[in-house]
Amino acid sequence: MNNMVEIRWHGRGGQGAKTAALLLADVAFQTGKYVQGFPEYGPERMGAPITAFNRISDNDIRVHSNIYEPDYVVVVDESLLDTVDVTAGLKKEGAIVINTDKDKEELLPKLNGYEGEVYVIDAREISVAALGKYFPNTPMLAAIVKVSGVMDRETFMSEMRGSYAHKFASKPEVIDGNMKALEMAFDKVR
Amino acid sequence: MAKRDRLSGNEAVAEALRQINPDVMPAFPITPSTEIPQYFSKFCANGQVDTEFIPVESEHSAMSAAIGAESAGARTVSATSSAGMAYMWEELYLASANRLPIALALVNRALSGPININCDHSDAMGARDAGWIQLFAETNQEAYDNMVQAYRIAEHKDVRLPIMICQDGFITSHAVQNITLMEDEEVRNFVGEYQPEQYLLNPNGTMAVGPYSVSNHYMEARRAQAEAMHNAKDVIKAVAEEFAAVTGRGVAWFEEYAMEDAELAIVLMGSAAGTAKDAVDNLRAAGKKVGLIKIRMFRPFPAEEIAEALKNVKAVALMDRTESFNDHNGPIGADVSTALFRAGKLCETINYVYGLGGRDVRVEDIEKVFADLEEAAANGTNDHYRYMGVRE
Amino acid sequence: MDLTKLSEQCSWRDLTEGMQIYEGGTSKQFKTGEWASIKPEFIADKCKQCLLCAPVCPDSAIPVKDSLRGEFDYDHCKGCGICVNACKFGAIVMEGVNK
Repeated sequence: MNNMVEIRWHGRGGQGAKTAALLLADVAFQTGKYVQGFPEYGPERMGAPITAFNRISDNDIRVHSNIYEPDYVVVVDESLLDTVDVTAGLKKEGAIVINTDKDKEELLPKLNGYEGEVYVIDAREISVAALGKYFPNTPMLAAIVKVSGVMDRETFMSEMRGSYAHKFASKPEVIDGNMKALEMAFDKVR
Repeated sequence: MAKRDRLSGNEAVAEALRQINPDVMPAFPITPSTEIPQYFSKFCANGQVDTEFIPVESEHSAMSAAIGAESAGARTVSATSSAGMAYMWEELYLASANRLPIALALVNRALSGPININCDHSDAMGARDAGWIQLFAETNQEAYDNMVQAYRIAEHKDVRLPIMICQDGFITSHAVQNITLMEDEEVRNFVGEYQPEQYLLNPNGTMAVGPYSVSNHYMEARRAQAEAMHNAKDVIKAVAEEFAAVTGRGVAWFEEYAMEDAELAIVLMGSAAGTAKDAVDNLRAAGKKVGLIKIRMFRPFPAEEIAEALKNVKAVALMDRTESFNDHNGPIGADVSTALFRAGKLCETINYVYGLGGRDVRVEDIEKVFADLEEAAANGTNDHYRYMGVRE
Repeated sequence: MDLTKLSEQCSWRDLTEGMQIYEGGTSKQFKTGEWASIKPEFIADKCKQCLLCAPVCPDSAIPVKDSLRGEFDYDHCKGCGICVNACKFGAIVMEGVNK
């Protein structure tokens, strides 16, 4: 079980955190891994804080609990830093990735003294530039893949292209925008 | 040729149903089972199956329509959860008493109140005496495998009873995980065509279903129905063995995990079994003789065999994902304790209520249960009915 | 399933699956006429064969053949008296039913 990577997503209902977790499970599966991707359902309304989880492993995954000591945390909505203890249990050897237009130094006071790596990415800017709309989950997916290193960039991009080709079979025009958002996010996460 | 995929538990059951291609599916949506008819109706619309999908106005109507369709001679399926199944209540009993092999995909969810959409087994446990066969799944894979086997069991001439294919709401129903699927052809060959001997739309014979029975016959009717449930046990085993020969997967009645020399054991069913296996491995690595029994077949109940599997343990935890409100025990607690008593096996038993309304079950929780068992085995206990994971 | 084994004293083993009934019109075999404590009487001389009585009988106990009603089927008449009330010509009488 030592090779298991555990990721916790914090988002708000409607931002696609659950979808991103399922997409990550999907691409990791394509690379031959054992995967889990699942949401935790609370009030489940637009805007309500939600949590989603990923486990990625070389071995069969039997545990069905939520993740309390994640290797990585993804924060899809910066405002959650004020209300949710997003670094709870986060391993200091791991990292947190936050969607923000601020510098990481500005956010550190909100991270409850977290000692591990902190990454930031402006998913709004990327999404608007690449897609013309605000879909934060696409850039955040690329960001966590880069930060966690669960797969290399080339593999990720090629699997995502295949996945989008399937998902958007009826509207192929959105594939390039999504691929562009992923590429930009890979470059811009810092 | 098996194919590897990754699906949620609901997707997996819908996929099994696509491969089975039943004749009729009446269904009404309720979280967390909604996705099953949702995905399946898409298969209908795309022409991937030729099932008659009936969008009914309630679960009461869903099961009524299922009874009508199955009586007419159609292989029928529905799906529901929680309050939805509670609303099927009287029809559940009619389906079994009329000996109609309907399959029901039950995605386990707490009964209100307080109102809650998350997993526990109170819906299925409420129907445990309704005359339905009940199979439980630890994973999306087992939910799929059980669905593929459902009609072979239910429609068997010695059984002819409805069957509930249960899986844990959200925990497996909405979690995407690896799965191995059978080829369509393999499933169709395994399940076969439905050929009832008697059915309402049979042009060569008149028939009446569901007649009134006076007291002089009612008790004999119930006794005959009980015999069908008795027969189901061997049929479930035979079908499981045949399924294992094709796929290499599965157990018939229950799975024994690390039980060979176990002194402390836990008996449970559903997704928590996977989490508990990790706890067993951790404790085994620390030299503790612990093991686990995961029940797949809850109705009929494999009492003698479970008692036999527990014959060498010093203490056992009986885990109920429901509260029975009798100040005494839960369904698994009652059934396993009776089995042990009849087998003349007297060991310490602790009956836990756990995981209600989606309360998370952690590896640490199960390790604590084993610590409690170790204490009870050494010093005995007067606290035989407890809660796991509740704030005191 | 051997239906000849069915009786009021048969074992559970001899019942049909789910108490299903595998032929039509089986209620004819159940002589509910014995439930009647009093029965209607048909006075053929007064009958105009208007046939108002036959369709109101809940137990189909007034046989009609060649457009003519015949004698009551007392094996199935439960003595409800509805036919007495339906008859406009006094051709059906029954103790306790006054018109």
